[in-house]
Amino acid sequence: MTPRLLKRLGSLWPGRKSTLPLALATGMLTCTVYAGAPDQVTNIFKPLSTPAESVYQAALLTLAVCAVIFLIVGGLLTYTTIRFRRRAADDGLEPPQIYGSNQIELAWTVLPVLIVFVLILVTARTIADVQNQPAPPDSLKVTVVGHQWWWEIRYPELGIVTANEVHVPASDAAKRKLTFLRLESADVAHSFWVPQLAGKTDLIPNRVNMMWIEPKQAGTYLGNCAEYCGTQHARMLLRVIAHEPDDFARWAAAQQQNGVEDAQVKAGRQVFFSTSCVNCHAVSGTAAKGRFGPDLTHLMSRDTLGSGVVPNTPEKLRAWVRDPQTIKEGALMPNMQLSDKELDQLVAYLLTLK
Amino acid sequence: MAFQEIALPQTPGTTASITERLHELVVTVDHKKLGLMYIGTALIFLIVSGSMAGVIRLQLAVPNNDLVSPQVFNRLFTMHGTAMVFLVGMPIIAGLMNYLVPLMIGARDMAFPRLNAFGYWMFLFGGLLLYFSYLAAPGLSGHGSAPDVGWFAYAPLTGRAFSRGHSTDYWILALLVSGIGSIVSAINVIVTTVSLRCKGMTLMRMPLFVWLMLVVSGMILIALPPLTAAQIMLLLDRFLGARFFDTQAGGSAVLWQHFFWIFGHPEVYILMIPGFACVSEIIPVFSRKPMFGYPLMVAATVMIGSISMSVWAHHMFTVGMTSVGNTFFAVSTMLVGIPTGIKIFNWLGTMYGGKIRFELPMIFCLGFLFQFLIAGLTGVMLAVAPFNWQLSDSYFVVAHFHYVLIGGLLFTIFAAIYYWYPKAFGRMLDKKLGLWHFWLFFIGFHLTFDPQHIAGILGMPRRIYTYDAGRGWEIYNLLSSIGAIFQAAGLLCLVANLLLSLRKGKPAGDDPWDAWTLEWATTSPPPEYNFETLPEVRSRRPLWDLKHPEDPDWKYE
Repeated sequence: MTPRLLKRLGSLWPGRKSTLPLALATGMLTCTVYAGAPDQVTNIFKPLSTPAESVYQAALLTLAVCAVIFLIVGGLLTYTTIRFRRRAADDGLEPPQIYGSNQIELAWTVLPVLIVFVLILVTARTIADVQNQPAPPDSLKVTVVGHQWWWEIRYPELGIVTANEVHVPASDAAKRKLTFLRLESADVAHSFWVPQLAGKTDLIPNRVNMMWIEPKQAGTYLGNCAEYCGTQHARMLLRVIAHEPDDFARWAAAQQQNGVEDAQVKAGRQVFFSTSCVNCHAVSGTAAKGRFGPDLTHLMSRDTLGSGVVPNTPEKLRAWVRDPQTIKEGALMPNMQLSDKELDQLVAYLLTLK
Repeated sequence: MAFQEIALPQTPGTTASITERLHELVVTVDHKKLGLMYIGTALIFLIVSGSMAGVIRLQLAVPNNDLVSPQVFNRLFTMHGTAMVFLVGMPIIAGLMNYLVPLMIGARDMAFPRLNAFGYWMFLFGGLLLYFSYLAAPGLSGHGSAPDVGWFAYAPLTGRAFSRGHSTDYWILALLVSGIGSIVSAINVIVTTVSLRCKGMTLMRMPLFVWLMLVVSGMILIALPPLTAAQIMLLLDRFLGARFFDTQAGGSAVLWQHFFWIFGHPEVYILMIPGFACVSEIIPVFSRKPMFGYPLMVAATVMIGSISMSVWAHHMFTVGMTSVGNTFFAVSTMLVGIPTGIKIFNWLGTMYGGKIRFELPMIFCLGFLFQFLIAGLTGVMLAVAPFNWQLSDSYFVVAHFHYVLIGGLLFTIFAAIYYWYPKAFGRMLDKKLGLWHFWLFFIGFHLTFDPQHIAGILGMPRRIYTYDAGRGWEIYNLLSSIGAIFQAAGLLCLVANLLLSLRKGKPAGDDPWDAWTLEWATTSPPPEYNFETLPEVRSRRPLWDLKHPEDPDWKYE
């Protein structure tokens, strides 16, 4: 910028002139302050699954087109503002009065039409790529049911029911393995969003939606419920855990077992079956068949409690069972008013559900 | 009827007591008073629901904050969104239309002055009803308070099973009542422009402001009824056991979304086109050139108005429409970009070759152009349906529509306030305080909303009352919250300026900006009857013709 221009800008600055550079510098400094790399990635520009990659490609092209438009129009705006400002030595006469120009107006009508045409082609192609993918016969089928505020995960072909974690096999280029998710809701609308795996798709009651993922690397992928669903929408976190195929087979085999029967925790079992726990929770192979809350058959194999609100440790488990409301205010599991002794017994029982 | 009004003696504030003046406000049917009442009331609602946004930003400044409970937070963003759209945006627009349209077309009042007053009072009481829910809803039912279902109120969260108490009923009824203000203004503007234009003012000689407001009024009449219908259906669901949206009894949750967005998307343009209307008056005057390509501007507005009726489901790319449905709505949405682009180019064409005066209204318009360009481009990104699958319901969307509604609309409203305040009150607003307002608000706006784009890209969903550390969202949320402080300070400068200049401002005279449309031909403030003799025009810029008899517009148009 020329010094004259700075002076010009200075005349539009309301404070003391010396504070203008200070303000600009502060602004720039704030912009460069940047937290280090996050330890949990949910960046949509770091896709690790086929549908997310298709979206990423379309997004890059869109960003490029938008950047060019921004530079051109923004540049024109800046140029026009500076070049045609009223100068100090103005003659006081009005500038030539121009009412329009058919040629120019036609040009800037046609140009956006062409850009839109290109974007439409890209969009239509990507939509078809992602949405019209047929399910190969060997793909894994998972049903995800949204609840206020947790996820019920069912594997109809494997006979597994779990919660809040979707375990899937990782796909490799030689032997692709796709996972198809059937999305339903038990109450209100939710949305399944794991940014590195795919765009989001809603879970809507009285409706079935489908989506698919194909994680390329083993690992844990984080996500959230992305449709406002009431009080604890914020704490309805989601994780997809991709395993190497062998590990997945082992995980599935373990999950297919019935709940462990350990004689040492008989007292805790008694508490579980004699209070209203069983009205909402299920433990396979027992009389507990509730479906209102998460299935607890393999509770201790999961990473978190309360749909991602706290890590699944014995202390947190005890705190959760004592009063879920202190950890996740508004959660639909009430404080069961157990005595300390009952609590200890119950937690001891739950800890055996591996 | 109008005759009696004119015959009343002028009461210029100084002699009347406060009760007399209040009485005057209550009984007035004057379009100018009602216009200012609309704008004044909306500014008060702006401050209230802006403060709610302040609390939201305070809560989100750091991860795992527990300043407010999740229930309180959900009410805050519901009330913030609802109030900003229905109690701030719509009434400010109604106010601008009411004040300016009759003056610009050389009329003495709106076509239906009493209906006009009725509309204002319905809006005011509707607005109060919405806020009254904070006090009344728990009192009457024992649970629940202000609405907490989001301004979009998606089914079945609004059903009896999930929304107990009466908070959702307050939401429905308040909007039904306050919506009457918008409908009435729309009817009034259409009838007024069609039948009360002064001699010589053909449709193609109307100021662009009037043209755009005419299109907006038509859109209001088409877009609001679906919302009204859906809200009545919801009332039936809640009170009479109808099952339109009750999914447990076979109703459809997606149906509500269709109804809501058939209203909701045109609504975005209903809010934005009035911004374009103000800009289209201000940029020519401060560039000292007529609007470049007036007929194309009119055509582009009508195009936006009609295309905007068929883009609603771009809010629903994630509900599981077929690939054909998704493609259709992506295409129609991108088509809106074409007339919008034309408008930006035409404003640039107006500035090009002019002599731009950096007065406050123009400075805000420049801010608008820059920000609206970005808002438009992020809009294009959201229109690319696959990209939208990632971005929708993330903070990127929050950033995008605040760019449209603040960076776009609110900046033009500020420009309009600085531009027409001298006409309404006869005094200029202070330039230095105005510059403070601009810079504080400009910095605050960018500090708040620029980082939110990145937070969204990093996977931060909307409408969450808190978040864990570790996903890289912390710094962006902190910056966002700091920005809110700057915005509040900027707004404070505006309020101070509005109040101080009322008595201390430089006298404005009839035509402080050397402008060209009819409202500047009468005194500031205009008399109750607007014009002593009704004007007659021969071109789009009657005052230019008057000031430049050697080179009048009508020779060229």
